[in-house]
Amino acid sequence: MPASREVVFVDGVRTPFGKSGPKGLYAETRADDLVVRVIRELMRRNPGLPPERVDEVAIAATTQIGDQGLTIGRSAAVLAGLPKSVPGYAVDRMCAGAMTAVTTVAGGISFGAYDVAIAGGVEHMGRHPMGEGVDPNPRFLSEQLVDGSALVMGMTAENLHDRYPSITKERADAFAVASQEKVAKAYADGRIQRDLVPVAARKAAEGWGLATVDEAPRPGTTLEGLRTLKTPFRAHGRVTAGNASGINDGATGCIVAAEDVAGELGLTPRMRLVSYAFAGVDPEVMGIGPIPSTERALRLAGLSVDDIGLFEINEAFAVQVLAFLEHFGIADDDPRVNPYGGAIAFGHPLASSGVRLMIQLSRAFAERPDVRYGITTMCVGMGMGGTVIWENLA
Amino acid sequence: MSTIETWKALLEGKNADEVVTKALVRDVELPYGAGTMALITLDNGLDHTKPNTFGPHGLLALNGALDAIAARSDLAAVGVVGKPFIFAVGADLKGAAAVSSREEALAIGQLGHHVFRRLGELGVPSFAFVNGAAMGGGLEIALHCTYRTVSSGVPAVATPECFLGLVPGWGGTQLLPRLIGPEKALKLIVENPLSQNRMIKGRDAFALGIADAMFEPADFVEESLRWAAQVLRGEVTVERADHTAADWAPVIDQARTLVDLKLRGASPAPYRALDLMALARTASRDEGFAAEDEALADLLMSDELRAGLYAFDLVQRRAKRPAGAPDRSLARPVTKVGVVGAGLMASQLALLFARRLEVPVVLTDLDQARLDKGVGYVHAEVDKLLGKGRISADQANRLKGLVTGSLTKDAFADADFVIEAVFEDLGVKQKVFAEVEEVVSETCVLATNTSSLSVTDMAAGLRHPGRVVGFHFFNPVAVLPLLEIVRGAATDDATLATAFAVGKTLKKSCVLVKDAPAFVVNRLLTRFMGEVTAAADEGTPLEVADHALDSLGLPMTPFALLQLVGPAVALHVAETMHAAFPDRFGVSENLAKLVAAGKPGLYGPDFQIDPEVRALFEGGSSPSTADDVRLRALRALAQEIRLMLDEGVVSAPQDIDLCMILGAGWPFHTGGITPYLDRTGISEEVTGSRFLEPGVASVPA
Repeated sequence: MPASREVVFVDGVRTPFGKSGPKGLYAETRADDLVVRVIRELMRRNPGLPPERVDEVAIAATTQIGDQGLTIGRSAAVLAGLPKSVPGYAVDRMCAGAMTAVTTVAGGISFGAYDVAIAGGVEHMGRHPMGEGVDPNPRFLSEQLVDGSALVMGMTAENLHDRYPSITKERADAFAVASQEKVAKAYADGRIQRDLVPVAARKAAEGWGLATVDEAPRPGTTLEGLRTLKTPFRAHGRVTAGNASGINDGATGCIVAAEDVAGELGLTPRMRLVSYAFAGVDPEVMGIGPIPSTERALRLAGLSVDDIGLFEINEAFAVQVLAFLEHFGIADDDPRVNPYGGAIAFGHPLASSGVRLMIQLSRAFAERPDVRYGITTMCVGMGMGGTVIWENLA
Repeated sequence: MSTIETWKALLEGKNADEVVTKALVRDVELPYGAGTMALITLDNGLDHTKPNTFGPHGLLALNGALDAIAARSDLAAVGVVGKPFIFAVGADLKGAAAVSSREEALAIGQLGHHVFRRLGELGVPSFAFVNGAAMGGGLEIALHCTYRTVSSGVPAVATPECFLGLVPGWGGTQLLPRLIGPEKALKLIVENPLSQNRMIKGRDAFALGIADAMFEPADFVEESLRWAAQVLRGEVTVERADHTAADWAPVIDQARTLVDLKLRGASPAPYRALDLMALARTASRDEGFAAEDEALADLLMSDELRAGLYAFDLVQRRAKRPAGAPDRSLARPVTKVGVVGAGLMASQLALLFARRLEVPVVLTDLDQARLDKGVGYVHAEVDKLLGKGRISADQANRLKGLVTGSLTKDAFADADFVIEAVFEDLGVKQKVFAEVEEVVSETCVLATNTSSLSVTDMAAGLRHPGRVVGFHFFNPVAVLPLLEIVRGAATDDATLATAFAVGKTLKKSCVLVKDAPAFVVNRLLTRFMGEVTAAADEGTPLEVADHALDSLGLPMTPFALLQLVGPAVALHVAETMHAAFPDRFGVSENLAKLVAAGKPGLYGPDFQIDPEVRALFEGGSSPSTADDVRLRALRALAQEIRLMLDEGVVSAPQDIDLCMILGAGWPFHTGGITPYLDRTGISEEVTGSRFLEPGVASVPA
């Protein structure tokens, strides 16, 4: 058994992201069926990978009950028709679920426990609203372990505005408008569709339809339009539905493999794992999590932020991206950051988003062979950040 | 008025309680920029246990959807798909049974054609995505489309019309043979329906060429849409053979011979199907569909179809909710079963109980060698099931572990249900039950598999006679679906409820019968055979007697049945019945001679009458014609059924028919037997009245 092996990202796909709610794309579609679509499309797109060579299926979900329960990695593997010999499990690190699924199987591959794994995530926030079934320990508040606002993500975003007074609502809105514009352009250029797996979504009253594109983006969003939106988390606050990601349904998945095995199977890796790190911060300002996690990942990789040519940072809130950029001295409109746009436009089905970042980074790498390193990073509820540094193999 | 308006006016008021299958239309952007497909979802709004069917309202709904689609110019294609697990299973049979005039019947055929054929005559290609069960008219919808995909998970594809007494006449007889060739189409349209209504699976449908592509159920709709896009873009080409050049007459004639062997003209539907298929090679669409309309109209107005629909309803509904059964909450759990005896019947019962109830089953016998043989039989049968892949190795181990033998009856101490299958003798059976009662709990059910002895008498002398119930299986036990459950004079409700619950778990169709000699099936078959044998005794040529009832299309002739049962058993039953009802049940001396001669029956191994048997039967002086024999046998049946109903052997004629269909394999087109006796006027002639009101199993007056 090799002591340590290089780990590569081979391919990733996702379902179109839907808006949660009774009118949404997936209002009557099961979460596990979304995962099944992703797994089957990965296998179909990579015929060189024999199904029995998949050594693990790690699928993240924040709310692991109902159709997101039953150890969803395993149950989705069975439903997808992978051989029964392929094991699977469920992962939870809230928004960084899929990212954690990737880093965890990557650790296993590096250790030699696996050759190839499928990692991904799903969140059907329509069927499983945020916080469904949670039962916070009263000690959190009685012992002032966390602030009362820590469990309401919008409030943590307002708190982050307080910590960075220079990040105004106008800057946040401008970033949001840019995100919508970048997504619209990426769609127009056909950069998104190629990694979307169409989903036949049935509604009892309407019959079968086919979801082929993301439902959430609002092309044509303007600053003027955003200015009028309410700030539901604080009176005269800064966080609105326009400068935050929405409530969404979707699933993602990718193939992660030992580099030598990928070569042996004739798979074409797109990026190599360099380092990864997770870090904790005060839960009431969970949005700054990516800062310490990125610093740690850079340190582990022996790199500096100047070595990073592309950033895929999850846009849970515009303020949290801007805090990261401000910290590292990067301009709000730096073209290296989220070149195809981000979660403010695409949506953010919690545990699934980490792999969306990786899919987009791998595609951006392909267009920029001159770039050597890129990062995917995201903030996580309960005060965490996660960062993965990748090397471009294009 | 347009024709569609005429049909609407004629049919819309009918069948007010039709469960309407809606045609829901949604636009789908096909992959690869192949354009927009109007995707029609067929959905009656209920779950998969209530499949999509088509009555007039459903047809009109689909027509409306197609009107809207035809008016559009932005579509690249049209698709049709079902609700989850179900595509569509054909015409609404309740509606078919309510058709009261030929005009209405004709309109149903014409409306179906009018709507379905549009799918093949739109300006753009149409695709059927057969995601679930597709039968009859449901399959015909798919056949009308330009292309078809099928899911490898589809459990049933069929054109069962001939099984009921119809033809697949919404295009099926014309489109299917041209699509897959006459041989394969005949298998689907005629042979399978006449072979216990056999169905094929999605994989078979693809292999036969009914579908152009097959995809797995996990993403069937998505992959079908992807495939459709590839077809539209010319990236996938569908190649189909032209079957119209060859001469179809030989294969159709051959099929006709087979149909004749089975039915001897007794039911018109398969013959009409053959005629229509013969036409399909050269007829235009208009001609072919018009001929189908006429056939449907004739058949919808035929008593054979109405009897078929009646029989279908009995098997589908009445068999599942047996008349007179006590409330099922009274049933006691059965966690262990005892079988007294280790002979062939006992071993078959042990296997059946172990497979279906999945509880320990103990066989007892006084003789170790017989016991070993009995248990060995079960284990060997389990191995056969394993060999055929019907059960897994683990299940085989489990079943073998469940079935054991014991020389003493102590092994029954914790049994909840003990069935005896010992020698058919009242004294022996009474003794067995008395012994069993010594060891079992007070609530243990004692069941008897007797075919002719009194259940009441068997219970007499027991401490708890209420626990005894008759449990009469038909041979072969694993195959024949009927179970006559016999209530003795003392049988209590809890015992009876337990018997019904066990019967249901055994996957048998249970009918409650009174404790009367030979119950239902054996009584009627014995009476019927007695008349035919008596005619032979009187000098009617054996072939004439045996074939006198061919026109009913029974599964076998009386003497073939005698051969199957064995002359000794038949004689024994005849004697029992003669003892009970000497006026109506005779004992043929020739039959006794046949038994004495050790003959297996009237026929030799060459399927001809054995000359020695012919000699045995010589000497009769008043031969009958075939017609006389037929009328005599049918009149006897009518008389016996009337008496049975008057005695309360069963609660209704429906139960008689259910028993004859499931226990004797009597055909759907006779509706069991009472619809046939009614429609031929024999019931009225013999008993003064019909068994069933007009319209129940016949065309309403």
